[in-house]
Amino acid sequence: MKTIRVSIIGFGAVGQGVAKVILDKQEYLESIGIDFKVVAIADSRTAAIDTNGVDLAALIARKNKEGTVGTEKLTGLKIIETIDHDLVVETTPTNIVTGGVGLENMLMAFKRKRNLVTSNKGPLAMQYSELMEAADAAGSKFLFEATVGGAMPVLNLARDALAGNKITNVEGIFNGTCNYILTRMMEEHAPYEQMLAEAQELGYAETDPTYDVEGIDTVCKMVILANCIFGMNATHEDVTVTGITKITPEALLLAHNDGYVIKLIGEVNDSRINVAPKLVPIDHPLAVGGSLNVASVQTDLSGPITVTGRGAGSIETASAILSDMISIYRN
Amino acid sequence: MRVSMDIELKDIPGQLLLALRPISEFKGNLISVVHHHEKKTPRGTIPVHIVFETKPDNLNNIISNLEDSDIGIVHIDEKRYYEHGAVILIGHIVHTDIQDTIDTIDNTGYAEVVDLNLSMPKVKMSSSASLKIDALSKEHLASAIELLRGIAKKKDLLVIEPIKSELGAI
Repeated sequence: MKTIRVSIIGFGAVGQGVAKVILDKQEYLESIGIDFKVVAIADSRTAAIDTNGVDLAALIARKNKEGTVGTEKLTGLKIIETIDHDLVVETTPTNIVTGGVGLENMLMAFKRKRNLVTSNKGPLAMQYSELMEAADAAGSKFLFEATVGGAMPVLNLARDALAGNKITNVEGIFNGTCNYILTRMMEEHAPYEQMLAEAQELGYAETDPTYDVEGIDTVCKMVILANCIFGMNATHEDVTVTGITKITPEALLLAHNDGYVIKLIGEVNDSRINVAPKLVPIDHPLAVGGSLNVASVQTDLSGPITVTGRGAGSIETASAILSDMISIYRN
Repeated sequence: MRVSMDIELKDIPGQLLLALRPISEFKGNLISVVHHHEKKTPRGTIPVHIVFETKPDNLNNIISNLEDSDIGIVHIDEKRYYEHGAVILIGHIVHTDIQDTIDTIDNTGYAEVVDLNLSMPKVKMSSSASLKIDALSKEHLASAIELLRGIAKKKDLLVIEPIKSELGAI
């Protein structure tokens, strides 16, 4: 049995999801000889630390009841710096402008030569090459499947399953909120504002929906894909972006009459990175409804490979994180 | 443009070569030749169906060359455009001179707007339109959409174009 000491930095929906899946999958993890021992968890204000392993179930309950994970006043950054452990799971909220605390956490993890798995897009979209260089210099493993498409495997698909293929284009729906709004506008023949309100009521959209509906979230994911799969050194400034706020129900209907649906499509290839509403033929694999995500990877040997799945959600995102954690230590 | 042509050849050697030579001379691109040797006409000639691509300006030369060689042309079917695309426009489409938008595509010589559906829900609200564009080739269709993108930017219209794999540009 290999014991891996883990910290979870950020204990919101995703961080708690990670704690839950580690608990739920204990038996399976034992069967493959891995013991993820969580020695520290930090939220934005407090921390819980126990070098013998914290009680995950108790901390999830405490967080939900009292709003804090523990009583210690150590920040996530200090935990990464000072507590001895192997793997940092970074799940703090994304900050697209500066990379935020996530960027500092990641750089500290590499400075202390720890491995890192994250769901935090901001730092990767802002400072990809800096992070990669730091990880390489430290000899740290650095995986981030959860940053693109939640449970849907895209980065690992391209890197592992499609190894040997040259990938010429990736396009798809990478934001469930926009997909939900556009799908519902079509179904109800209702204006954008009304369906945004519905999405907010159901918790699919944030109070300030700008990040999703103006395409910024998709831009971050495209930058990560461009850097990770196409080896570019791109930032969000290299992406042309149009959001979905101007889409009308009439446009959706006209498109439908011509055999198309309108979807917010992110697209990356050698020559451009683009996020814009596009016409997708109704019978095309990319024409998925509801809040689903979908990605079509165009390859030289296998043609198009399309994957679809839930792009967000606590357990779904945690599933991608767990898969990265296992893939670091399985071999 | 793509031309489909039914011709009749005399049943003597060298006729097929004679029929195909003008297409090659005027830089046509031969796509298929079906030689119906078994279906001889009552006139004793052999029907041949040929399909080729050529520039519209060269078609008359090819036809007159064939006629000069005494090859009977039974039927010609020209299909100038054989790529079809759709785009959606959103914004103040009519007030920003829709005629001008259409003319810009039509005047290219390689693409045409062949269908327009317009939906104008209320005064001062954005209109939506679907445009169908026919073009000579996939590349020409992509250029026409590129052109439309430029016009739309100037007129503050949103263009929704087909996904890349649908445009076949991969």
